[in-house]
Amino acid sequence: MKDKFTIKNLNFWYGDKHALKGINLSMKEREVTALIGPSGCGKTTFLRCMNRMHDLYPGNRYEGEILLDGKNLLEKGLDLIKLRSRVGMVFQKPTPFPMSMYDNIAFGLKLMGVKSKSELTSRVEKALKDSALWEEIKDRLHEPALSLSGGQQQRLCIARAVAVEPDVILMDEPCSALDPVATAKIEDLITDLKQNYTVVIVTHNMQQAARVSQYTGFFMLGEVIEFDTTEKIFTAPANKLTEDYITGRFG
Amino acid sequence: MSDNLKENSGGLEVSTSGADGYVSLSARRQSSGKLADAVFKGVSYAFALSVILLMALVFIVLVKESWLSIKAFGFSFVYTSVWDPVAQEFGALPSIYGTIVSSIIAIVIAVPISLGIAIFLTEMAPKRLKGPIGTAIELLASIPSIIYGMWGLFVFAPFLSEYVEPFLIDYFGFLPLFTGAPLGIGMLPAGFILAIMIIPFISSVSRDIFQMVPSILKESGYGVGATKWEVIWKIVLPYTRSGVIGAVILGLGRALGETMAVTFLIGNAQEIKLSLLDPATSISATLANEFTEAVEDLYLSSLVELGLILFVITFVVLALAKLLIARFSYKGGNL
Repeated sequence: MKDKFTIKNLNFWYGDKHALKGINLSMKEREVTALIGPSGCGKTTFLRCMNRMHDLYPGNRYEGEILLDGKNLLEKGLDLIKLRSRVGMVFQKPTPFPMSMYDNIAFGLKLMGVKSKSELTSRVEKALKDSALWEEIKDRLHEPALSLSGGQQQRLCIARAVAVEPDVILMDEPCSALDPVATAKIEDLITDLKQNYTVVIVTHNMQQAARVSQYTGFFMLGEVIEFDTTEKIFTAPANKLTEDYITGRFG
Repeated sequence: MSDNLKENSGGLEVSTSGADGYVSLSARRQSSGKLADAVFKGVSYAFALSVILLMALVFIVLVKESWLSIKAFGFSFVYTSVWDPVAQEFGALPSIYGTIVSSIIAIVIAVPISLGIAIFLTEMAPKRLKGPIGTAIELLASIPSIIYGMWGLFVFAPFLSEYVEPFLIDYFGFLPLFTGAPLGIGMLPAGFILAIMIIPFISSVSRDIFQMVPSILKESGYGVGATKWEVIWKIVLPYTRSGVIGAVILGLGRALGETMAVTFLIGNAQEIKLSLLDPATSISATLANEFTEAVEDLYLSSLVELGLILFVITFVVLALAKLLIARFSYKGGNL
């Protein structure tokens, strides 16, 4: 399997705060990579580097290389709008837009220039099927997205990200606001998504990382302590810190 | 020490004492706290009710004082446009028309500018500009309206009559709205000054509202490849629409009742002219100009009835706003 993302000696600063220190790792195409670590370890910061979300706020600075299919995302003059439509993102809380379910999905499609009504409709349907939401909401697509339950809203957000056919989907603790049943559905969905997409997921829940991912990176204090297959990390971690963290001795 | 405590407990029986010799804490508070709560509840209840009472009293007094005029003119007071103190004939239409039209002009001019300011401040301005501009806006909002009026009359009106109105007459004179002489005072100048006065209100309230949009909602927009414009136009504005409507209504409420600046600039002519460049009047301008000279009972009573009408207009506008907001927030919901 080829590498989708290759990160070379990435450093990141929030103003003066050195938040990521010399990150090196690579992520396989069409696999799920989990990022775990204690709060404030930089895993979310790292995730947000991968679609350059940090650029929305002043005073942030990157150094190093983030290669997506060999192209450096930190190059000057990179089209961030294009980048973010290739690297989709799902957040800690469901973030449906204040419009109908249909329009939520069609939003990104319209931005990409899809104009024909029939194409929109079929793409919306496909995205909803891909996110296992179609059966539940097909009869009320034009109701406000906010009328959905939290778990459904989150799957709608995943559908919205999937609809624009990105290469990569970044997920920042996508289940942290959901109950166990909704969480299980999202986890099943992540496993399905892996057939077509590269998924990177930040999670606080180690069982979740073990269940859904093939690779796991353990972050601490802005550094990658260990990166390996999930199986290796959870059964035979090479680093003492990793072992202490996954066995619950701290964190 | 223990005497002191007994005094503080207000003569209540102190039943228990702790092992260390102090009176136990639970024995020390109890009923005095209950009483204070009851008093506090009663007092704040009374304060809250006094608002409604005041409203009702104002309304009653206005009706009572305008009774003479209501009896004399009936409903025709609202739709006749004669205002002749000498002949003791009064019709409120020019004042009502002026109030509404000048406020509409103000809203049409102020809303886009205010939203632009608020969006710039929340989404685009570099940090070092946010503070100063925000403070300047709040300062503008606190300038007394008489100062706007004086500035309007001595600075703004000459500017309008020299540059803006001739331009409008030359290029848009084919519209009946922009005909007549460039006087610098009239409906349009009043609308302009009102716009300037309500821009600080609308923009600072909408800035506060825009700041409440969760950043992850905006990030989700950027996350599917939206530009700044698309995020603001399609996500931020729909998400905040009920609040923004509220802000606009707040500005409208102020524009409807604004007196001094309008009195200086509207021209105070009891007529209804289609051209916005012509002098007109508004309810509050009529009141400000004529209250002191109204000696006859019917004249005074007619002026009070104008006040009653302004009261009702403002009330209806606010009620409509509440309805609109209720409908929109049902549609929009909260994250």
